[in-house]
Parts: sequence; structure tokens; C-alpha cells
Amino acid sequence: MATVTAATREPGPYRLTEEHEMLRDAVRVLADERVAPRAAEIDRTAEFPQDLRKLLADHDILALPFPTEHGGLGGELLPVALAIEQLSRACATTGLILAVQELGSLPILLAGSSEQQKRWFPSLASGERLIAFALTEAEAGSDVAAARTTANADGDDYVIHGSKRFISHGSIADLITVFAVTDPDAPRHRRLSAFVVEVPTAGFAVTRLEHKMGIRGSPTAELAFDGVRVPQANRLGAEGDGFEIAMRTLDRSRPGIAAQAVGIAQGALEVATAYARERRQFGQRIGELQMVGAMLADMDAATEGARQLLYKACVEIDAGSPEANRWSAMCKLVAGDAAMRVTTDAVQVLGGYGYIDEFPVERMMRDAKITQLYEGTQQIQRLVIARSLLGKDG
Amino acid sequence: MRIVVLTKPVPDPASGAERLGPDGRLDRAASPAVVNGNDEYVLEKALKLVAEAGEGEVILLSMAPASAPETMRKALAMGATRGILVTDPALEGSCTVATTRVLAAALKTLEFDLAFAGVDTSDGVAGVVPAGVAALAGLPYLSYAATIDPDMAARTVRVNRITATGFDVLQAPMPALISGTQALGEPRYPSLKGIMAARSKEISTIKMADLGIDPASVGTAGATTRVVDSHKPPPRAATRVIREPADEAARQVVAFLAERRLI
Repeated sequence: MATVTAATREPGPYRLTEEHEMLRDAVRVLADERVAPRAAEIDRTAEFPQDLRKLLADHDILALPFPTEHGGLGGELLPVALAIEQLSRACATTGLILAVQELGSLPILLAGSSEQQKRWFPSLASGERLIAFALTEAEAGSDVAAARTTANADGDDYVIHGSKRFISHGSIADLITVFAVTDPDAPRHRRLSAFVVEVPTAGFAVTRLEHKMGIRGSPTAELAFDGVRVPQANRLGAEGDGFEIAMRTLDRSRPGIAAQAVGIAQGALEVATAYARERRQFGQRIGELQMVGAMLADMDAATEGARQLLYKACVEIDAGSPEANRWSAMCKLVAGDAAMRVTTDAVQVLGGYGYIDEFPVERMMRDAKITQLYEGTQQIQRLVIARSLLGKDG
Repeated sequence: MRIVVLTKPVPDPASGAERLGPDGRLDRAASPAVVNGNDEYVLEKALKLVAEAGEGEVILLSMAPASAPETMRKALAMGATRGILVTDPALEGSCTVATTRVLAAALKTLEFDLAFAGVDTSDGVAGVVPAGVAALAGLPYLSYAATIDPDMAARTVRVNRITATGFDVLQAPMPALISGTQALGEPRYPSLKGIMAARSKEISTIKMADLGIDPASVGTAGATTRVVDSHKPPPRAATRVIREPADEAARQVVAFLAERRLI
């Protein structure tokens, strides 16, 4: 006969709140039931899953990065990270849908006027429209400030000439946040400005779609701007603010990629663990063989370490930490490397079976690699952290 | 339309960590609390009925420890309007009879058309509180509902009550108390908007003194039952697992059965 006993379970600073757990579990159920069954097919056909984009929109998941006054769910980093992590566990391409929606919108959140936010956020929060982030160029990857796309003032408009490369969702987005040179003679970090281009529009074209190692369902495009007109009202912040807007955006968006990486790692760990429980060789479950058990243990520790750093980074960045760039770079550095290591080891645990597409780990390994490359390579993350440690030199 | 849903936070059955403390009482700290499984089914039905009616409220009513708001938030996230928590340190250790008395007293302070409850809870599995509350509150009691059909104009409600051989059709005037089962339908998973909205929904608390309950009749001191002993069932005898290939396995199974003169 049950009786009432007084007991409390205090969340404390290092536990997720009830609300975070509910949110995470809600997305996890969706990921397991609706996303996971589609993952292999998405990778095989390399088709963007519009059905899953709609699913995310219908379940308010795409509303997570946006302020509540514009139909969003608040924009806190930790809920966004939790959702990306759970989705990526099942399918990295699907997790990326949310991550890119956040990435493309952050410049508007950080530098857009309230009129601009009111104009664009509601349809982005509802998932009716998608947005992409166009910073990278063929000759300006890690060296962002070397961008050559120009935006020349002409009456009430700017006219954009140039091209962007490796733009996630570039071919399916309705809005594109574009960084272009407005003053070539300004100091290096004041040459760029940020604009929101609404597409389709005259002069805009998708000139290439990449065939990639991983995240194959996510369209990665080369975009051409051949005299694209954009009204002044679509410029974000002041002329010359572009570089800083981009950097501040990445400080907030990198945890999203870290979350994708943690999710991929977790998915791979689960497949490897399940396999090690079932597969018998030499008269026992292979998980009980010490070399395999040690690998699994290291995989678990690496994933958990990356996860805890990610959650902490989200909380610190949202709290306005003056070291946001250090937290952001660190969580992405650690998570990306963890994902690559864990997925590679997952293939190893499965042996020959890990190499064929009967099991998902080979796809997860291919998916993991990008987390060491985009939104700043691991080398760039190290630069950021080292600078933060040493302090600026003049 | 106003529906009160009686709900209880229970240790998560999925965690496998339910256990009794040394004093024979449920150790609620051993695992996180969740909304009792059967409560979710009746809550889902209540939400559907209010949505179909186009207006109304679903109010959660619970007698639970002070930490219960965390669990009540889950039910609010599903879409309930607000929650009422009867909580008081003096209630700690209450038996089923005392719980029934307190909930009935709390229910009597509310205006409602229908009150729902799960047929039992996964921790105590007594299954008597809904009937007891109906009796003490003077409400018609319809149990084991597989369907619930209210008629607001006629102020009656009709229920298909599951029996061993099929179902009975019962009808009662409102207000009435109905206990329900999983036959009512799968509970919705809280939407993200629902989860975020839950944080600002109202949970009001009622102290025992507000209900005019005599403290001596509740809590450990007033408990009508006491756990004197509990133990795990004895472990099963060692099992033998046959893993050999089919032919050899069949031979071993036949030998096993023959030894025991079963074949």
C-alpha cells in the first residue's frame, strides 16, 4: 500500500530542468518514430526530405530559435541544442534542417531591426519559409574577410555581384543572408555588410549542387548573384558591420553543430553497443572482450564529455558570458572530434558489417566528418581558443 | 465544459527503480516522478472533449508532496488549463482512506461537469480512490470507461463500461465521476509549444487546514493500514538455456521432457 513520502528532486545547476527533459523526450520520440526510418533512404537518394521539414514545422521544432513575440519558442540555445542532438541521433541531415534555420536567422536576430524581425521571423518560425547563410566563397573559406562578392549602393537599393560556395540549403531557401563587400577600401574587418535576399529574384541562380561524403540529403549549393537588387531596408545593421555580425552569429550557432556532432556520436554508440551485446565470437558476446569493451567505454566517455561541454556552453553563451567565443569554439571542437572518433570506432566494433550499408554506422561516419569542417574548421576553433587564452595582442 | 482530472505523481515504472524504503513506505526519491499512466489516458480524453466542445477547462487535482508541481507541468504541457495541488507535510504517510477523504473534500470546493480518474495508480495499485471519492463527494460513479460521451444540453453522460464479457452502457446525470482505462486512447505527446506554455500555467495549492480535515485522521499517525513486512519473491530456480543448433536442441528438449515423464 503506497503512502506519501516527502521527497524532493532538486535540479541543481548541472541537471536539465523538467522542461528541458520534456522537450528533449518529445523530440526523441519524433526522431525515433518518424525520422529514423527515413534516414538510410535520405542518404541513398541524396534528396532533401521535405516531408521531415514539414514534420519539424508541424511540431514547432523550427520555432525553437525564434523570439516568442514572432511566433517562436524563445531562442534559448539549450533547447535548440537538445532538439538538434535528438534529431541528429537518427539522421544528421534532419538535425541540420533546424541548425541551418537557426544559423541563417541569427544575423537578423543579432543585428536586424524590430521591423525586419517582424517582417521575416513569423514565416521562418512556422517553417513556412527556409533561410540560408551565405558567407563562404570559393576563395574565402576560413579567411572570411577575403570575400569578394560586392554590394554597390544604387539609389534606394544595393546591387550584388559575385558568388557563394558550399551554402547549406542554398537551393531550397526562400531567404538568404548574404555577406558582401560594401567598402573595399575600408580596414579588413569593416569591408563587409550583411543583407537578406528574398529569392527567387532577378540575377540570382543556383549554379551547382555538391555531391558530398555525408549529410547527403542536405543540399549544398553554389549561388550566383549577377546584379541582384536588394532594397536598403534589407540591409542588417550598418554598412561595415558584416564581419562582426558573421562572427557573433558563429558564436551562437557553433553549439548547434556541436549538438549535431553529439547526436551523431550517440546514434553510433547505440548501434555499436547493441551489436556488441548480440554478436558472439569465441563463445561470448564481443562486448565482453576487453578490447571491444574498452572501445565502447571510450566512445561513451567521449560522447558524454562532448555533451556536457555543449550544454554548459549553451548556458554560458545565453547568460552573456564575455567568453562566448571560447565556449562556442570549444564545444564545437570537442564534439566534432568526438563524433569522428566515435563513429570510426563504431564501424570498427561492427567489423565487416560496419563497412556495409546494412548497418547505419558507415553513414554516420561519413556524416560525422562535416562537423570538423563547417561553421569553422577545427583549426579555426583552435585559433579562437588560443587567442582567448593568450588575450588580444593590440 | 469543465472537467477535473484527478492525477498522481508516481515513480517512473519504466525506470525499474521502484522500491520500498526501510520503513516499508515507497521510496519516492529512488526514481524520478511521472504522471501516473492511467491518468494520462483520462487526461487525453478530457482534452479531446473540451476541444470538441470548442470551449472549457481541464483542471488537474492532485494530493502530493510539495515537489509535485514538476510532474504536474507534464500534464499541463499536454494541454490542461491549470492545476490544483493539495499539499501539506501533515499528509505525509497517508493511507488510501485518508487520501480519498482529502481528495473528496478538495473536489467539493470546485464546480465542474465531470471528474475523471485513472482506475488505479502504478505505485499502490489499490484502485479504490476514485470510487471512494465519488461516494464521499456524493457523485454518480462510472468505472472502467472505454468511451465517454457527455451531453451538455441534457446534462448527462454515457459511458461504455468494460466488463469480463464485453461492455455495459451506463448513463448518469452531471456532475459525475468516471474512472477510465487505456481503452480511451493513446495520450498525445506534449507539443513543444505546450511544453513551453506549461511554465506559465497556474498551479494553486490548498493546505489541509483549508479543507477542514482533522490532522489526526491523516498522515502516518492516522493511517488505517501499515506495511509490516515486504520481501522480493524468491528467485526462480536456475534455468537451463539451450543454444545448440536445431537438431541437437530438439534432442535435448525431448530428453528433458521425457526425464520428467511429460512425454
